[in-house]
Amino acid sequence: MADAHSRRVTGGQGRMAYLLLLPTLVLLALVVGFPLVLSAWQSLTQSGGDIDPQTGIIKQGDTFVGLDNYVEAFTGSGAGAGFWNAFWNTTLFTVVGVSIETVLGVSMALIMARAMRSTGIVRASILVPWAIPTVVSALMWQLIFDANGIFNRVIHYQVLWTTEGWQAKAAVLIADIWKTAPYIGLLTLAGLQTIDEQVYEAAKMDGADRWSTFWRITLPLVRPVLVVAVLFRLLDAMRMFDLPYVLLGRLESGQTLSMLASDAAGKTNYGLASAYSMILFAYICLVAFVFIRVLGADVIGEQNKPAKRGGRRRGDGEDGADGGSGGSRRTARRLRTTAEGSMA
Amino acid sequence: MSSSNHGLGRRSVLAAGGLGASALGLAACGGSDDSSSGGSGGGASADFDEHGPITFATGKDTTGVLKDFLDRWNKDHSDEKVTLVELPESADDQRSQFINNAQAKSDAYTVLGLDVVWTAEFAANQWVVELPKDKLPIDDMIPATVETATYFDKLYAMPYATNGQLLFSRKDLLKDAGYDEPPATYDEMYEIIEKVMADQDGINGFGGQFAKYEGLTCQLTGVVKSAGGELFDNDGKPQADSDAAKLGLQTLRDGFDKKYIPKEALTYKEEESRQAFQDGKLVFLQNWPYVYDKFEADDGSSKVKDKVSVSLVPAVKGEGTSTVGGLNYAISAFAKNMGTALDFIAFMGAAEQQKAWFLQTGNPTAATAVYEDEDLKKKYPFLDTLKDSIDKGAVRPQVVKYGDVTQAIQEAAYGCLSGDTETDAALSDLQKQLTDLTEK
Repeated sequence: MADAHSRRVTGGQGRMAYLLLLPTLVLLALVVGFPLVLSAWQSLTQSGGDIDPQTGIIKQGDTFVGLDNYVEAFTGSGAGAGFWNAFWNTTLFTVVGVSIETVLGVSMALIMARAMRSTGIVRASILVPWAIPTVVSALMWQLIFDANGIFNRVIHYQVLWTTEGWQAKAAVLIADIWKTAPYIGLLTLAGLQTIDEQVYEAAKMDGADRWSTFWRITLPLVRPVLVVAVLFRLLDAMRMFDLPYVLLGRLESGQTLSMLASDAAGKTNYGLASAYSMILFAYICLVAFVFIRVLGADVIGEQNKPAKRGGRRRGDGEDGADGGSGGSRRTARRLRTTAEGSMA
Repeated sequence: MSSSNHGLGRRSVLAAGGLGASALGLAACGGSDDSSSGGSGGGASADFDEHGPITFATGKDTTGVLKDFLDRWNKDHSDEKVTLVELPESADDQRSQFINNAQAKSDAYTVLGLDVVWTAEFAANQWVVELPKDKLPIDDMIPATVETATYFDKLYAMPYATNGQLLFSRKDLLKDAGYDEPPATYDEMYEIIEKVMADQDGINGFGGQFAKYEGLTCQLTGVVKSAGGELFDNDGKPQADSDAAKLGLQTLRDGFDKKYIPKEALTYKEEESRQAFQDGKLVFLQNWPYVYDKFEADDGSSKVKDKVSVSLVPAVKGEGTSTVGGLNYAISAFAKNMGTALDFIAFMGAAEQQKAWFLQTGNPTAATAVYEDEDLKKKYPFLDTLKDSIDKGAVRPQVVKYGDVTQAIQEAAYGCLSGDTETDAALSDLQKQLTDLTEK
C-alpha cells in the first residue's frame, strides 16, 4: 500500500506527508521507544551499593554492571533456578492453556452460531467469565479451590490445590481457561457470522457430512479471524501475572516471568527487574514472530497454492468436497479482507 | 506518561503484568534515580525546628477511627494541621508507594506508618530520619516494640501499634480428654491432640499459618526462639542452621508427619485457620488476638462460642514465643516541617491516645500502661497473657534485604513442612542463602 501511495504522489507532497506525520512519530518514539531504551539501559545497571558496617547505611546511586543482571537472571543461585522454573511455567500456561482455550472457544462459537432461538441468553452466559476482572475471578477460584471449598466437595476428595505441585498448575490452567475461552469464542463467532450461508448450502447439496463441512469449510473460512484471536491470547498468556499471583501467592508452581520482574522490583532490585522484563520482551517477540511466520504466511500462501488444501481429503464425497472448497477459497479471500480490516 | 507517573508505582505498573507497561514504568522511574547523590544520601540531617502543616501517610484505615484522632490534634493545632493520606490496604502496596515517594524525593508524605519489618530497609536507605529519643515517650513503650523501631542502635521510628500471637484452645475437648489447662509446650499439645483425635472422628489438631507467605516467617521466627535460638544473632549474622533452629523446625515437621497438624494447614493464612477453628475442626489454633471477637460472636457464626481458652503459644522448650507484629511511625527524610511531625507522633504515642485506640479498635498498642488499664482488662479477659506474649515476643530479622530474607525463610520452611526436604538440608541451604544475602 505504501508503494502504491508513493508512486502517485510527487516529491513535494511526500515530504509534506512526512512532515504532517512527524508529531505522531515523535510521540511514538517518546512513548514507546524511549522507555524501552531506558529499560534496556537500566537492565545493565545495579541500584544501591554496599552497607556501611559502622552505620548500617547503604551507598546510594546506580552503577553500571554490564551484563551481570542477565548472568544473574540465568545462573544466579536463587534467581537462576527461579528463572527456569518461571520460564517453563510461562511456557506451560501458554501452550496448554491457549490450546485448550482454542478448542473450547471454537466449540462455543459453533454453539452460539447455531442456537438461533436463544442466542442472546447463550451468548451472554458464555461471555460472563470474560466480563469478570481477572483479579475478581482469581479470588473466586481461590474460594473454589480452598481445602474445604466447592471443588473438593464436588469431587469428594481433598486435593490441596493451593500447595506446591502439579495440582497448583492445574488450578491456574482451569481458572485461566474458564476466563479466556469465551474471548476466543467471541472473536470466532464474529468470523463465523461473515460466512455466506450459500457455501453451506452448496456443501449440503454435494453431500458433505458435518465433520468435513467443519474441517473443509468452516475452519478454513474462520481461520484468519481465529489466528488473530489465538495470537492475542498467546501474547496475553505469556505475560500472565494477576491470576497466579492472587490464586497461589508465592508458590513456585505458579511463578511466571512477569512475576519475577515484579518481585525483583519489589526488592528495589530494578536492574534485575529490567533484565527479566527485557528477557520476557524478547521471548514474546520471538513467539509472535514465529507464530505470524508459520500461520500468517500460510494464510497468505494459500492463495498461491490452491492444491495444498485439497491434498488431505477423505474417501467419500471426494469430488463434491473438492468443488465446495474450491468455491469457498474465492469466498475466503473476500472474507479475509473484511475480517482483517475489522481486526485492524 | 513518563514524567507524571511517579505516583504510579513501579511495582503496581509491573503488577499490571503488561510488558510494555513494565518497561515504561521502570524506565520512567529510572530517570529520577540517576539524580540520587552518590554519597551518603540526602536528608540525613533532620531539622526539628520547622513547624507547619504536614501529611500522615498510612495504610487504609479499616477501623474508621483514625480521623477522630487527627481531628483532636487539628483542633488544638490550627497552624500545624495534619492531613491524612490513605494508602492501599495491602502492606506490599503501601511499601512500594513509600519507596516510590522516596525515590522521587517527594515531600508529599511527612509521617509514614511503617510495618515493623521495614525499619532496617528504610533506615539503611536513609528514607527516614533518626528520631530524638528524649522527645518521644519511648520509655513508656514495651521494649520489644522499641526493638522493632531500632536499627544499628539508633531509633528510626516510634512504636504505635503492636501485636502478639496467642494459643486458642477448645476447653470442652480438653476437659473430655482429662485436661484442665491449655498446653505449654508442643509435646504436651501433641499428647492432648492424640487423645482427642482417638476419641473423636473428624477433628484435626493444631492450626497455624503455614502457607507460603509472611505468616510462615512469623511461625518459624517464634518457634526457633522458643527452642532457644535465633535466625539472626545480635550482630546480624544468620544462625539458621543452629541446633535450636533445627529443633524448632523439626518440632513443626513432626506435627505434620504425625498428623497432629493437618496437611491442609499448608494452605492456611490467618483467615483460613480462623475459619477452620471457628467451624469446630481444630482443637488448637495459633493466631492474632483479633480472632477472639469472632469466636465469641452471638450471631451463630461461631461453633466454639464460650468454649475457647486463651494462653501463650506453645513452646518447643522454655516459654512459648510469638512474633511481634505492629505499626511504627517514622518521619520521611524528604519532608518539610519535621518539628510538627515529631510533635504529632509524640501525641499519637501518648497514653491517652494509646488507650483510646486499643479500646475503640481492639488493636493492641505499644504503651506499657494500657495493659494495666481496668477498662481494657474488662473488655479483653486475656490482656495479661497478650502482654506476656508481646513482652516475650521475637522480632523478625532486622535486615535491609528483608524481602529476600523472608522469601528464603518461607521457601525453606515450606519445603520442609510439606515433606519435600528434610530439616537439616532445608536449614543448611537457608543458612547459605541468608549468608549470601547479608554479605552482599
